[in-house]
Amino acid sequence: MKVFRRLRRNFEHGVHPAHHKQQTENLPIQRVPFGKHYIMPLGQHIGVPSRAVVAAGDPVERGQLIAEPGGFVSTALHSPVKGTVSKVGDFRGVDGRFAPAIAIEADPFATQEVDPDAAPDWRSLSLEAFIEAVQMAGIVGMGGAAFPSHVKLSVPDGVKIRHLLINGAECEPYLTTDHRLMIERPEALLEGAEILRQKLGAEETVIGIEANKPDAIETISRHLSPDQPVRIVTLKVKYPQGAEKMMIKSVFGTEVPAGRLPRDVEVNVNNVGTAVAIADYFLRGMPLIERVVTVAGPGVTYPANLIVPLGTSVRDVVRFCGGLKPGSREIIMGGPMMGRPIASLDVPVLKGCSGVLVFTEEQTARRKEYPCIRCGRCLEACPYFLNPSRLARLSKARMFDEMKDYNVFDCVECGCCTFACPSNIPIVQLIRTAKDDLKNRKEPDA
Amino acid sequence: MKQKDPDLLLFHAPLLRQGMTTPKAMRDVLIALAPATGASLWFFGMSAVLVLGASIAGAVLAEWLFADRASRGESLRDATGVLTGLLLGLTLPPGLPMWMAFLGGFVSIALGKVIWGGLGHNLFNPALLGRAFLLATFPIAMTTWVSAHPEGGFFSVYAGNLALPFMQAPVDGVTAATPLGLLKFEQEVTPLTNLMLGKIGGSLGETNGILLLLGGVYLWLRRDLDWRIPVGILGTVVIFSFFLGLFDAERFPTPLFSVFSGGLLLGAIYMATDPVTSPVTPRGAWIFAIGTGVLVMLIRVFGGLPEGVMYAILLMNAATPLIDRYTQPRVFGHGAEKQP
Repeated sequence: MKVFRRLRRNFEHGVHPAHHKQQTENLPIQRVPFGKHYIMPLGQHIGVPSRAVVAAGDPVERGQLIAEPGGFVSTALHSPVKGTVSKVGDFRGVDGRFAPAIAIEADPFATQEVDPDAAPDWRSLSLEAFIEAVQMAGIVGMGGAAFPSHVKLSVPDGVKIRHLLINGAECEPYLTTDHRLMIERPEALLEGAEILRQKLGAEETVIGIEANKPDAIETISRHLSPDQPVRIVTLKVKYPQGAEKMMIKSVFGTEVPAGRLPRDVEVNVNNVGTAVAIADYFLRGMPLIERVVTVAGPGVTYPANLIVPLGTSVRDVVRFCGGLKPGSREIIMGGPMMGRPIASLDVPVLKGCSGVLVFTEEQTARRKEYPCIRCGRCLEACPYFLNPSRLARLSKARMFDEMKDYNVFDCVECGCCTFACPSNIPIVQLIRTAKDDLKNRKEPDA
Repeated sequence: MKQKDPDLLLFHAPLLRQGMTTPKAMRDVLIALAPATGASLWFFGMSAVLVLGASIAGAVLAEWLFADRASRGESLRDATGVLTGLLLGLTLPPGLPMWMAFLGGFVSIALGKVIWGGLGHNLFNPALLGRAFLLATFPIAMTTWVSAHPEGGFFSVYAGNLALPFMQAPVDGVTAATPLGLLKFEQEVTPLTNLMLGKIGGSLGETNGILLLLGGVYLWLRRDLDWRIPVGILGTVVIFSFFLGLFDAERFPTPLFSVFSGGLLLGAIYMATDPVTSPVTPRGAWIFAIGTGVLVMLIRVFGGLPEGVMYAILLMNAATPLIDRYTQPRVFGHGAEKQP
């Protein structure tokens, strides 16, 4: 069943930022040469940090397990290079805080190969064993959130997954990693998707791609084989099309009920990068030790799409791209709408790092904030149909409890409201402040 | 080559913005009002300049006077003071003494905006509040209408405009009742073409319906206005008049007459849509609009006044916080049915 639909399906609301992808969308993925120092934080996914199983002085192979899952919502870590563990201890993380990590000195003479037969045969694995294998391969959602993939794949008894949705929307401006993966590695993408589909017992695979990537749509449809139930759905270019609940709404017309998961509407969503990572592990033996990163933005000398070993410092990545241009003011890890600013060039590239974006004066100039005139643009932007103007007002007045009446916890912090606000009110930032306060108040010990 | 790291900023995402800013939105409204303002100059000549100028001057003076020193320049630059003054001026009779227009502009900003906490915090539309103040204080001057095109061309001025402060206007020789007044008190219907083009007595800005609509379309294209509000108000008025016409076509106005007479277009497009004082939710906007439309017709047809747009909008302004509270949109995934 090969269906190619060119329907522009959609979710409601959202915003249309200029996508700024011209810088890198036509640049082939390049491999960053191996460096000297690698830092692998133990908490680079959502959930419990991993537990180190190596100590300073231990020699490690590329792809060798260096930390095991610290719990169910946690994954393994592997050495991104052959070398020696130099320290297991606290390093400054992306958020500026010290957090435990494993530092590795690379062996400059190693060929840095990975045992292609390291993975078990996925066909013979039971579902439980498969899920455990995904966890031990350290695979997380590659779209940016870094949510452990095996948790998503663990479906409780009685819940059936009918559709596997592969997320190729890449709605964040500037980022082109998924776009390039779809063009350059369509076989791996389809292999990974097929593994996931068969293991989940889903009836079909749907690949959702925004309409601004016609070359990706064309490439993948050329690689579709008639015996695989895969179809491509072209989605309207709109942010946040790649938010999984929005994408489900766009593709299937179904709303995932608040507080529930995609599996409750019989869908499992995985990013393009995640599907490729699945294929790379089960077919080529490579656990999650490297990822594709878009280095772009007005402050980068030579923008690029790069395969970067995890743990590489942003400094090395940026240096490979010709360094920062004068006037660079801020570096965002991830996309410009939801990514995180980094305080130092020495922080490492993590599993969830889809982009290293360097911005200059123009994007970071302090914008004068005007009073809210209740124009309603944020309401029309919010894909969750919240009332951001109200939430921002309440947050400014520190009336956090009242914000619960306005469903503050449904907010996914996509940033559409701040983007849309003509008064330059940092709406999503105010909402985040309130959510943090409410959460921490609820669990004073956490 | 060792290069010093830049001092990195840590602004939180999103770093991108859509280009619109609040002052730009205010300026858009001024642009949208330009044709109608031009028409008022065409019809009423120098008098329009004097009345509009006085009311804008009053508004800007209040804005300047009550701003704290740090933001004094800022509050003028965002154009809201000028806009309020202009909107008020357009609702005033062309023959109004300048000092009254000036006072009205001052009161609009002082009591309509500043006292509430400034831009974005007021409950009532400032321009309409200023007009309500003038109507209560100077009922005669505010209901003395003159006919368009003063004798003597553009540079002649209605005698009333130049009345000294705290003096009433001398009664002008050429008064002309508004179409609504004619209908209400003398059962005389004004031809529709006169209504649309503005060959009628009335306030400065309300006489040319076509140009007001044009400005509304511009604002809609610029996404500066919630289309639901003008559509809701005008739709309600049309339907209301249509049904009244079924009862007694002689006594009640036709739908088109209702739309193009009085300050309805000015109010529905430029005043009821003031985002600060109208509901922010889509459903709320409909309720607000329909409520305004019904009140307009009730006042016009059954009330003691010929025109009711001002009070209708002010009354609905008062209801806005309540409407907003009860019309929150359905949050994504709430109440959604679980379906395959």
